Amino acid sequence: MAMNNDNILEVRDLRISFGTYAGEVQAVRGVSFDLRRRETLAIVGESGSGKSVTAKSLMRLLPEANTIFKGGEAIFDGRDLLKLSEKQMQRVRGPKIAMVFQDPMTSLDPTMKVGNQISESLRKHLGMSRAKARERSVELLKLVGIPNAEERVKQYPHQFSGGMRQRVVIAIALACEPQILIADEPTTALDVTIQAQILDLLRELQEKIGTSVILITHDLGVVASVADRIAVMYAGKIVEMGTVRETFYDPQMPYTWGLLASIPLPTADRSQDLIPIPGSPPDMSDPPKGCPFTARCPYAMRVCPTEFPEYTTFSAEHKAACWLHHPMAPNVEPPARVGGTR
Amino acid sequence: MLRYVARRTLYMLLALFVIISVTFFISKALPGTPFADDKLTPQIRKQLYEKYGLDEPILVQYEKYMLNVAQGDLGNSFYFESRPVSQMILQRLPVSMFIGVQAVIFGLVIGMVLGIVAALRHNTLWDTLAVVVAVLGVSVPSFVLGPILQYWLGLKLGWFPIAFFESWIYSVLPSLALSVFVISTVARFIRTEMLEVMGQDYITLAKAKGLSGLAVILKHVLRNALIPLVTVMAPLTIYLITGSLVVEQIFAVPGIGEQFVQSIVVNDYSMILGTTIFFSVLFILALLIQDIMYGIIDPRIRISGAKE
Repeated sequence: MAMNNDNILEVRDLRISFGTYAGEVQAVRGVSFDLRRRETLAIVGESGSGKSVTAKSLMRLLPEANTIFKGGEAIFDGRDLLKLSEKQMQRVRGPKIAMVFQDPMTSLDPTMKVGNQISESLRKHLGMSRAKARERSVELLKLVGIPNAEERVKQYPHQFSGGMRQRVVIAIALACEPQILIADEPTTALDVTIQAQILDLLRELQEKIGTSVILITHDLGVVASVADRIAVMYAGKIVEMGTVRETFYDPQMPYTWGLLASIPLPTADRSQDLIPIPGSPPDMSDPPKGCPFTARCPYAMRVCPTEFPEYTTFSAEHKAACWLHHPMAPNVEPPARVGGTR
Repeated sequence: MLRYVARRTLYMLLALFVIISVTFFISKALPGTPFADDKLTPQIRKQLYEKYGLDEPILVQYEKYMLNVAQGDLGNSFYFESRPVSQMILQRLPVSMFIGVQAVIFGLVIGMVLGIVAALRHNTLWDTLAVVVAVLGVSVPSFVLGPILQYWLGLKLGWFPIAFFESWIYSVLPSLALSVFVISTVARFIRTEMLEVMGQDYITLAKAKGLSGLAVILKHVLRNALIPLVTVMAPLTIYLITGSLVVEQIFAVPGIGEQFVQSIVVNDYSMILGTTIFFSVLFILALLIQDIMYGIIDPRIRISGAKE
């Protein structure tokens, strides 16, 4: 497939399962998306929707023992990431694609000075000398806004607060100025005030370095402030995708409506309760044949459990998979609270 | 830290006092006397009793002994031509220590290799094999293992002498017999720790940096997995002490353990007590060092694992 020049990464029909004692769990079931140069794409979904698995599979960081690649491709730099050898992958991880993880308290090696943890990839991928790498580590710590960087490089992770550690993790990720940064719930484990700082930092660095970002999150508030486009995942599939504006103001799929209705709005009437989505996601070791949201969908029709709907396109960027858009389906308006965000 | 060490020292002295007292009365309660030789006439025996103060009431003997010990005097052997107990222990010490230290080295090296292989090949035949070896190593007692080694490596293959201690080659079998427990302990420990560490987020991050598998293992996994190894050093010291009693006997090694067993057989009270004191001090020191190590390592682990 010819690669669109605007795209830095093209994921097509990605399918990943895990072998467990209970049988095969289908975590990702045919996910396709493009990542444009310099954009931030948010992948949103609840726990178990397959968003983290999608991200980790691009880095090939899923546990080898029980991960089953069922199919699909992820074209980056003209090569399919899923087919690279481990050796080739080691040259991609770090300098080309880097990752920031969810919990900064556990993502740093407690026995190694943070400076050395940053230097490691500089020395390996950029061939820097020990002294040069140390110098660069100090610069990187300054870049991510850690005061007193000259002293801090010599310290161990436990001497840093959670927010500061996440800054260190970001410094490690950006050390080799990667083309793609995958941020897997980078603010979930942080205090709200720190969350905003880290998001600002990510955005600022993205502009400076020109990286494309895949932001994995379940927090729509985070998405609204930093993302260009959103992919909503449910039960291993992308159910709606569009620009932030389109997805927030003109959502086309009941699951997205549910997500939006459950965000607390500062402007909303306090007497209005948040509306949770009833039920729980399907068991992925035996996923439903049709639309996986059927069981929790207030608008479910007879066709919904039988077959997964085709994507309906609403604009150049906006598409959703829902039977409600079939010509024969009744006309359904999104609930008032979602409409209120319009 | 200083207060901690002071308090610990006090407890150690208390523990020693209890150990010595209990051993004193138990050894006196042993049947027989140090002067059971048939050739001794009752009169000579009586004189010997008087000479060594054994005719006095037991509490008086106890008081005298404790006062001597408090001054660092372990007394003279009853059986071996009245030589000082401390001298006899020190004389035997190098041999026992050599075999013990060599056993620890064997154990650490072989145990680590086994543990690392098991962890890296988790849930494969290698892993199972290593676990089986480890379980056998802990469960087969040295008095069974010793003779097997003597028969197999000594008699059948003729690689090593099976008894006595004349040169280094003589130390191999006893050290090996002692080290099997160390191997098992270290292997199981390293395996568990490595599996635990390999599941940590910081290992995923190290991989995400593009480090090679070997670099991740050497620089991140092993380093974190080895630190808690200090926690098994005290139990290993205990084992080396108790193990030496049996192993030195089997291989006729002239070490402290062998001497200790002999002294019990012949009711050499001062020797029994002296060796017990020596072993206890060794053991208590091992525990103290371990606890100090904990103190050094623990705050960092506690802080780094804490949530904001």
